[in-house]
Amino acid sequence: MYGLKTDIALDLPSKYYSLEGYEKGVARWCPGCGDHAVLTNMQKLLREKQLDPAKTVFVSGIGCSSRFPHYMNTYGFHGLHGRAFPVAEGIKFRRPDLDVFVVTGDGDCCSIGAGAWIHAIRYNINMTVLLLNNEIYGLTKKQVSPTSRIGTISNTTPDGSILPPLSPVQTTLGVSNVSFVAQTADWNPAHMYETIKAAYEHKGFSFVHVIQRCPIFQIGLVDELTSNKDAMVYLEHENGITVSEEIAKTFKNKESHNPTNLSAARDLAISQEKIYMGLLYQNKNAPCYDDYGASNLGYTVEQKEEALNRELDRYAI
Amino acid sequence: MGNSVEVKEVPVKTKSKAIEIDEHILEIVSDSGEGAQKCGQSFAAISAKMGNGVWTVEIIPAEIQPPSRSREGASGIRIRIGSKKITNMGNEANLVIALNEQVPYGRINQNAYKQGTIMLLESKWATDASDVIRSKYADALADFENRGYNVIEIPMEVECLKVVKNAKKGKNMWVLGMLSYIYCKGVDAGEAQIKNIFRKKSDAIINSNIELLRAGYKWAQANLDFQYNVPVMETAEEMVVMNGNEAIGLGVLASGMEVCSMYPITPATSASHLLADIFKNSGGLVHQAEDEIAAVGFAIGASYAGKTAVTITSGPGLALKTEFLGLATMAEIPLVVIDVQRGGPSTGLPTKVEQGDLLAALYGQPGAVPKIVLAASTIEECFHFVILARKLAESFRTPVYILTDANLATGQQPFLRPKIKKDWFAPPIDQSPWKGDVRPYEWDEETGLSRRPIPGQPGGQHTLTGLAHTRESHVSYNPNENQDASELRSRKFASFQKTLKPPTVNGEKKGDLLIVGWGSTLGAINEAVEIAQKEGLKVSSVHLRFMSPFEPGLKEIFQNFKQVMTIEINYSDNKENPQFTETNRRYSQLSWLLRARTLVDVDCYSNVEGQPLSPGRVLGVIKNKLGI
Repeated sequence: MYGLKTDIALDLPSKYYSLEGYEKGVARWCPGCGDHAVLTNMQKLLREKQLDPAKTVFVSGIGCSSRFPHYMNTYGFHGLHGRAFPVAEGIKFRRPDLDVFVVTGDGDCCSIGAGAWIHAIRYNINMTVLLLNNEIYGLTKKQVSPTSRIGTISNTTPDGSILPPLSPVQTTLGVSNVSFVAQTADWNPAHMYETIKAAYEHKGFSFVHVIQRCPIFQIGLVDELTSNKDAMVYLEHENGITVSEEIAKTFKNKESHNPTNLSAARDLAISQEKIYMGLLYQNKNAPCYDDYGASNLGYTVEQKEEALNRELDRYAI
Repeated sequence: MGNSVEVKEVPVKTKSKAIEIDEHILEIVSDSGEGAQKCGQSFAAISAKMGNGVWTVEIIPAEIQPPSRSREGASGIRIRIGSKKITNMGNEANLVIALNEQVPYGRINQNAYKQGTIMLLESKWATDASDVIRSKYADALADFENRGYNVIEIPMEVECLKVVKNAKKGKNMWVLGMLSYIYCKGVDAGEAQIKNIFRKKSDAIINSNIELLRAGYKWAQANLDFQYNVPVMETAEEMVVMNGNEAIGLGVLASGMEVCSMYPITPATSASHLLADIFKNSGGLVHQAEDEIAAVGFAIGASYAGKTAVTITSGPGLALKTEFLGLATMAEIPLVVIDVQRGGPSTGLPTKVEQGDLLAALYGQPGAVPKIVLAASTIEECFHFVILARKLAESFRTPVYILTDANLATGQQPFLRPKIKKDWFAPPIDQSPWKGDVRPYEWDEETGLSRRPIPGQPGGQHTLTGLAHTRESHVSYNPNENQDASELRSRKFASFQKTLKPPTVNGEKKGDLLIVGWGSTLGAINEAVEIAQKEGLKVSSVHLRFMSPFEPGLKEIFQNFKQVMTIEINYSDNKENPQFTETNRRYSQLSWLLRARTLVDVDCYSNVEGQPLSPGRVLGVIKNKLGI
């Protein structure tokens, strides 16, 4: 072993985690559901980063996508509808050693959880967030979502919905202290992989909007999105998300966009005609609330006892 | 201190010796912002530090700055001081200091005064430029005298202006000087108190307040012909004096909890203010969440991943947290929930006391959601129950609620200085490898208990879920599994209940009437029951601390009394109204629970007037129930 130091073994990870090491159970999503692709990509990302499953937590709310943690061999928290963010924030606040992921859906994040979502963006706690947006309520069987297009026929809008959709990307970009916003789609797994990897590598609240199919309740949408190659625009930039040339070739349209330019990102986000794939915005210097959360960890019992005594002195008679 | 007033040089008016009394109740009422509460708290602290028993109740208007000289806007404080331990606010006040003639009416409507109550009234309104004010003042003065109050007009503002340019701020310290004289406290203790409360302010502010204090003292010495001496207790034990929310804050520190996640709500918020201040230097943080739901969610996340966290709220906040609290029971996440109760329903009476959240705490969630609910009845218990709650939450893997109320939150009371124990503080987060064959819900068949894997523990990976789940924490698809899991979760509380002792009966264990209470009414009920016992009535009382599960032995205690009734501060239908019958009468909250638990015909007296109960009121209820 020429050139290798004899103690190199100490630098090797004590355990190598294979893909199987991150898998758990059989995903019970419908065949053809976009969630499957996200799950596979996520397991690949954890393998590439060799994340310790014991120190990784997936947090979700309620909905089809929120079953996600059940299929990861990590710690998971499958909580309440719309409430993944506060839980994830509480987890990360005093546990900087844990990697936290949030998987949420369009109903979970943009409807019932909208309040928590806005504030989560502003807290900018270091976590990776995947919004799996299929523009419909699936688990409760086909109700309109805030992200559904005008005219969406659902069980609660039999004549078609009348309101314009809420854009998750536009909304996120509108909140102060936003630090990472990217967009990808389930039918381009390679692009999605690079996107969630970039999100994971960003320190702060990394928001990935995954445009997604629902093969049961949004049948028309699948064809429309995948066939309309004109609508998809690949964002190119040296500070953006780079994919292999082969993948880049699948995009008919390309545009250069500097992801540090917030107003340019907002302009892209409000576009009605085009869907921009890649990194819309990144600010590596936005303050992270979890830095504050970890600011005074590790006080000993003796120090706490001292502090309590000091306080009691103040109230002493 | 060129202009300082030298107290010693004042020629003292010849007067009779101070009257020695066992206890006295005084009130200071003013417009909001005049510092009556700061004055009263300072006087209470001075008295407590000298060895008096003390209990304070704040009189808080609903608005921050209500219109001045309005009856509804009365702001102030009541202080009951005594030669022995004081446990409640008492009956009518003996002395009241009023900074205008309108604010006493807010209290007169609540029967706070009686014939003979001394009223020290700011006299500047008698010569006010406005005809309306002068006439209102004259009317009120006549009315006060009609009511039999002993009114003494005092030129407070005039006297303050001899010392400072703006009397609006500082009159309270002048009043503190006057009180220090009236109650024979000297001026030194007041000076020390001023230095303490203004320790973050400039020397100029401290000096000007001290001068006001001395001026008030001097004026009283020269002009008042009465003084009271409430002898102090000799105690060898070290004591502390604080209010209930401060006790909660210090209790959180003592419990070793490191995350307090909250949303501002009256009257709970001040506990978090204290924590925000002291956590910085003791290893903890307050998170002010975007709403009540996020506050509890954040606390649950923090608890799940580390040390047990606490969320502090009041009724409307508790209502919003409901769904998350169901999750905490379902998924067995330790959590401490402190509910400082206020008047309800809805926004209700934000600054007033009520014991109206008991049933919501026990049954607020859909489905079977057992939990531990403690009720603090003193300020000392506010401190110690937080430590207990943290331990119970972890041992029984459950949310634990502590119910206090607005009366405890702002009332001050001295108690034994806690002797700190190392095991109060939460241990470090367990990060040892998880034993391979132990499942995340390895319920013990007998006790229902199980250990929880904490993120970071190798081999403990599982996905916690609010869905019905198996011992593996897998989503349950078998109908028997939910029955089984619900029963095992319930078994924990039966196991816990077996560790409790029956409550103590205050008085004979057999008699004509047993009063059952909970929470901050302890002192008033005990005082009234003891008076009744001295009058020969066969009445005893029991005060409950564990509301869920109940302490054992209640039925056995109840069966030795001819009648049992609860006395509470919440709503019940008055059975004397013919509209209400045995088939439709709504009972007070504890009464409902006790009737169901013991099958004893437990009656109740309760009201939602938003006031702490006075011993006189309780005594009246006892006598009425006994037909006397």
